[in-house]
Amino acid sequence: MAFKNEDDAKAYWKENLSLMLKLLVVWFVVSYGFGILLVDVLNEIRFFGFKLGFWFAQQGSIITFIVLIFLYVRGMAKLDNKYEVHED
Amino acid sequence: MDIQTLTFIIVGLTFALYIGIAIWSRAGSTNDFYVAGGGVHPIANGMATAADWMSAATYISMAGIIAFAGYDGSVYLMGWTGGYVLLAMCLAPYLRKFGKFTVPDFIGDRYYSQTARTIAVLCAILVSFTYIAGQMRGVGVVFSRFLEVDIATGVIIGMVIVFFYTVLGGMKGITYTQVAQYCVLMFAYIVPAVFLSLLMTGHILPQTGFGGTVADGSGQFLLERLDGLSTQLGFAEYTEGVRSKVDVFFITAALMVGTAGLPHVIVRFFTVPKVRDARRSAFWALAFIAVVYLTAPTIAAFGKMNMINTVNGPDLQGVEYDNAPSWIKNWEKTGLISWEDKNDDGRMFYSGDERNEMTIDRDIMVLANPEIGDLPAWVVALVAAGGVAAALSTSAGLLLVISTSVSHDLLKRNLMPNITDKQELMYARLAAAVAILISGYFGVYPPGFVAQVVAFAFGLAASSFFPAIILGIFNKRMNSTGAIAGMIVGIVFTFSYIVFFKFISPELNTPDHWLFGISPEGIGTLGMIFNFVVAFIVHKMTGDAPKDIQDLVESIRYPKGAGEAQDH
Repeated sequence: MAFKNEDDAKAYWKENLSLMLKLLVVWFVVSYGFGILLVDVLNEIRFFGFKLGFWFAQQGSIITFIVLIFLYVRGMAKLDNKYEVHED
Repeated sequence: MDIQTLTFIIVGLTFALYIGIAIWSRAGSTNDFYVAGGGVHPIANGMATAADWMSAATYISMAGIIAFAGYDGSVYLMGWTGGYVLLAMCLAPYLRKFGKFTVPDFIGDRYYSQTARTIAVLCAILVSFTYIAGQMRGVGVVFSRFLEVDIATGVIIGMVIVFFYTVLGGMKGITYTQVAQYCVLMFAYIVPAVFLSLLMTGHILPQTGFGGTVADGSGQFLLERLDGLSTQLGFAEYTEGVRSKVDVFFITAALMVGTAGLPHVIVRFFTVPKVRDARRSAFWALAFIAVVYLTAPTIAAFGKMNMINTVNGPDLQGVEYDNAPSWIKNWEKTGLISWEDKNDDGRMFYSGDERNEMTIDRDIMVLANPEIGDLPAWVVALVAAGGVAAALSTSAGLLLVISTSVSHDLLKRNLMPNITDKQELMYARLAAAVAILISGYFGVYPPGFVAQVVAFAFGLAASSFFPAIILGIFNKRMNSTGAIAGMIVGIVFTFSYIVFFKFISPELNTPDHWLFGISPEGIGTLGMIFNFVVAFIVHKMTGDAPKDIQDLVESIRYPKGAGEAQDH
């Protein structure tokens, strides 16, 4: 066991899952929400030369995905350090 | 210099580069052959994953599909990038910590079952084969178009090249070759987009030009113009779709989850030294992929508009065939464009209704785009080199999965446990050779459904691997019976649905007959849901996984102590 005690192991996993779920909610809302389910509503809004829903489907969602993974990588590195389960 | 000579020179140079790298980094051991000794930097690995990922289908046909489908084409953009979010957060770090070579290895060990391993091997081989069958055709099309040879010769040339560096190089050779290929591919994809954006909107960035105004002083937005043109010509509005919301939702999900379940993509994350690097590799992979995916819809819009303008003329009256631009004449030779003068006025006309006189294959969009936009010859040649890079890199990655599945998972772990490393490597190379021959055969004699089988591969991966791996990591009590039952139900359901609508009763393949309005392209999502449900129910009936397996699952949930990828 790499953790100091059982509680640490549980807390680490819980924090990990909560970070993951938060980011996945954004992932879902931006792609399936803005890009698909709400696309007609958002298309009423103009964003430069784009209809906003269309922009999310073809540009915005992809940009968001990159940001999400970036935040995940950073968040997990912090978490690993906090519980001292990082690699040397 | 003419286009043909330039193409020879540029394609030739890039080729020399790939082969040089393959020879320079020859695999010395089985470990090298499979996972590049675990010593690949996350940025290099990210580029290689990106090259692996962007197949001939992505490079050559994605922008074309979007150009013709407009908003509906977004399923590919979101589907083939969003999967990396799942991969980075739910799979890659844990599989890296687990430290095995292949997906079947994980499934076999996690579910402590030879049966589970064998089913996973068979799924991996099925998924990879359906995927590669289309790739060899793509390789052949690119070669035959630009070397001006017939398609059979094109495929054979491609087979020889792919064989050469997969078999000699193994994973390490492939990784560095793919880094080079990514660079060629990305450059070749972006240059024409920048040119077109400058010409049409005055923006240097295609992504802002896409939302900019047309550079003719009218002040009209490009997309507005395109929407207007589309409606005038009897097409659906470019920025609106025709597919139902349910179907768009399910197709996007199938592509996303399928991406996260494709064995040749997952295996990439075994090739980095640390768990943290696996996470970072996923980030870099998506960043590099996004460069191309953010450009594809701009190429689609610019290309569509240019195409309409050069065929129908600025006044939308049609251009006289005798004055047709050279790209139309060039592509007519390939049979991918044809003109039928229905109203005998000697003018071409392209539209979405009965006035239409043009048959235009959507796959030519990217390759023909520089010619349509009248860009310099070297750009046309560069695009050809990019197509070659895309086609070769994916084939090589897939072949590696097939050869490891056969030699490592099937022979070493199942049928012939006593073979030495050397023999295993020999069998891996032999399997690659056989796989190339078989896929080459499908390249020369395509079974007529190559385009469909690529979407097929995603649905199959989504409905088989993804739930088994997710449950294996996030539900430590999940047992082997549950996982096996789930995989079988998922893949059999998806396979049957696709086969039924695509091959048995294609005449019924309309939204009215689909289950819940889900097309065969999106059915993998439903198969995945069935897989999860069945696994849960069977698990409830058969009890938890043994204690040592639960401890094993606990241990892959944190990075500390991750060693090199291990054989056993």
